[in-house]
Amino acid sequence: MSGFLTALGEMFDTATIASIVAGASGLLFATMGETISEKAGVINLSVDGSMMLAALAGFVAAFHTGNVWIGFPAAAAVGVAAALVVAFGNIKLSLNQVAIGFVLFALCTALSRFLGSGYVGRQPVAVPAWDIPALSSIPFFGPVLFSHNLIVYLSMVTVLVTYWFIYRTRAGLALQGVGERPEAAHSRGIPVNKLRYLYTAIGGALIGVGGAAFTLDVKVGWSDRPTLNFGWIVLAIVIFGGWHPLRAAFGVLLFGALQAFALNLQPEFPTFSQVLPSIPFPAMILALVVVNWKTLLDWLDRYPWLRSILRSDPPTAIGTRFEVS
Amino acid sequence: MSARVQNLLLPIAVVVVSTVALLFLAGTNPWDPIRFIIEGSIGWPPFEAGTASKIGDTVMVWVPIALASAGLIVTFNAGMWNIGIEGQIIVGAIAASWAARTISAPRPLLVFLTIVAGAIGGMLWGLLVGVLRTVGGVNEIFGGLGLDFVAVSITTYLIIGPWSRSGVASTSGTDIFPDAALLPSFGGTRLSPLAIVITLAAIGGVWILFRGTLYGLKLKAVGANRPSAFLMGIPTNRFLLGAFMICGALAGIAGTSQATGFHFKLIPAISGNYGFLAILVVLLARFRAFWVIPISFFFAMIAVGASQLDLRLDLSSTLGGVLQGTLVLSAMLGLGWAAYRARKHADAADSAAQDAAT
Repeated sequence: MSGFLTALGEMFDTATIASIVAGASGLLFATMGETISEKAGVINLSVDGSMMLAALAGFVAAFHTGNVWIGFPAAAAVGVAAALVVAFGNIKLSLNQVAIGFVLFALCTALSRFLGSGYVGRQPVAVPAWDIPALSSIPFFGPVLFSHNLIVYLSMVTVLVTYWFIYRTRAGLALQGVGERPEAAHSRGIPVNKLRYLYTAIGGALIGVGGAAFTLDVKVGWSDRPTLNFGWIVLAIVIFGGWHPLRAAFGVLLFGALQAFALNLQPEFPTFSQVLPSIPFPAMILALVVVNWKTLLDWLDRYPWLRSILRSDPPTAIGTRFEVS
Repeated sequence: MSARVQNLLLPIAVVVVSTVALLFLAGTNPWDPIRFIIEGSIGWPPFEAGTASKIGDTVMVWVPIALASAGLIVTFNAGMWNIGIEGQIIVGAIAASWAARTISAPRPLLVFLTIVAGAIGGMLWGLLVGVLRTVGGVNEIFGGLGLDFVAVSITTYLIIGPWSRSGVASTSGTDIFPDAALLPSFGGTRLSPLAIVITLAAIGGVWILFRGTLYGLKLKAVGANRPSAFLMGIPTNRFLLGAFMICGALAGIAGTSQATGFHFKLIPAISGNYGFLAILVVLLARFRAFWVIPISFFFAMIAVGASQLDLRLDLSSTLGGVLQGTLVLSAMLGLGWAAYRARKHADAADSAAQDAAT
């Protein structure tokens, strides 16, 4: 028990919290990407595969050019390509989003392993650290938020921009309309399918950047399946976060904390610490049960402030196809 | 050329072209890996003497893929995406391992009990996905996915925890099961006639289910249009649960075969990802039971044969996965494209007819 408490205590260490923030960048990008895509009504189920293939593309581009900043657009391009296949298959060919996403997941995973097999163990350039002057010397907040690198700062900015864009701009309202009530959006003159292509592609780009953040920053280098299962974690966190960027970002940090905690527990509770990192999945199921639990929802409706914190409904038209009739 | 032939040839052409391109990129000639895949799975020339052990392995990889595919046809026909199939295989394997480790009985009885235990384990895990879906309103894709990972965690926990090998705690698996619990196999190979019979019976059963039974017809109605099936008096939720239970049971037997017929112990990656592979098989077979037999055998050949590639050609064995993925993706896009063209064609004919009428 004392070992457990020590491990828990270590979690509140400034260095631990800073490392959680530093390690979250990849998942933050990908989670924002998937949130945008699903908000527009398109489930990009290929994340686990396309993120891995993008991670490879980013690694290879940075490795051969020696310039880490070329890696990120290369990874984004791969993410966009995969996302567009999902969008095209669904919108144009009326294939099931889930079917095409799943097949793409399998193919991209296999491709990343096949094409990446020669790169295992090679070291590319990594994203250089860059402390933000002045801000980084603030006690606690300095090391936690402002002593990382450009990619980590960018991941934080992406979260805020995603939130601001979806909930505070006119274009964001259109994005929500496309995912909630495509017919209504269409009748207001919003080009539903064009926007779905656009936001799936933007989502794919962020998923790609997320992949590259792993191979060029979080865990520099290429190994067989370096981002294994992180794509599925992303899907779980998007749901856990109730399709809300800020709540999803909180979910990512919570997952990071869980991983750090599991690492701390490793010496004394080896079995438990092996199992701990898969908690996001039962958490996702629980979140989905709660979302659909009528009694609880009725009860929540009586407390508006609680409702706005806890209630989360999926975009109404998620996973469906829209056709102009 | 008829549309049917075109639909078949297009994906194959895409696979051949993209594979050849990929292999040139990887710096080998395209023929060698294909030959080694065939040689590594069924021998070259095929079925030559001395290849019995390879063929046994390939068949015992075919068994779980085909069983899971048969199960998936049931859930797909009910309109459900059972991504939880991996978890159902895993829990089946866990339940079979439990029976193999704890029950002592003469061999035929114990083998029977491990299979029953596996089927029940998989069935319950499938039922859980179904209950989450029908009672909890949890989409089966995400519920199933979540339960997949929970099942993996349970396996890992058992292997390094209560079922760890005597003396050493390692992630390499449990102790080998007692002989009496293993699937009876054929002369020094893994090939188990019993497993083959069960698999073929399962596929036949699924074929009959949708060809000649009212239950199958109702399941299809539930899958095609749930609200109207409900209005017609079909208890849709009960049918959905039934579909998940059938699929789970078959997946559980697949897991049993993995545990007692292939690895002879419980290992962390006990499912071999065959559940996900089976989803690809069923998509390619377009939900038709009969086609599951050859397609899953082909996939098993690739899976077993490709594992030799890094030894023989210094080429990554993951080529197998690339082949499978390319095949299914191009078939899917090809069929989608053909259907899109057909729709456009019909629309054009429609508007022409309308023009003529006015």
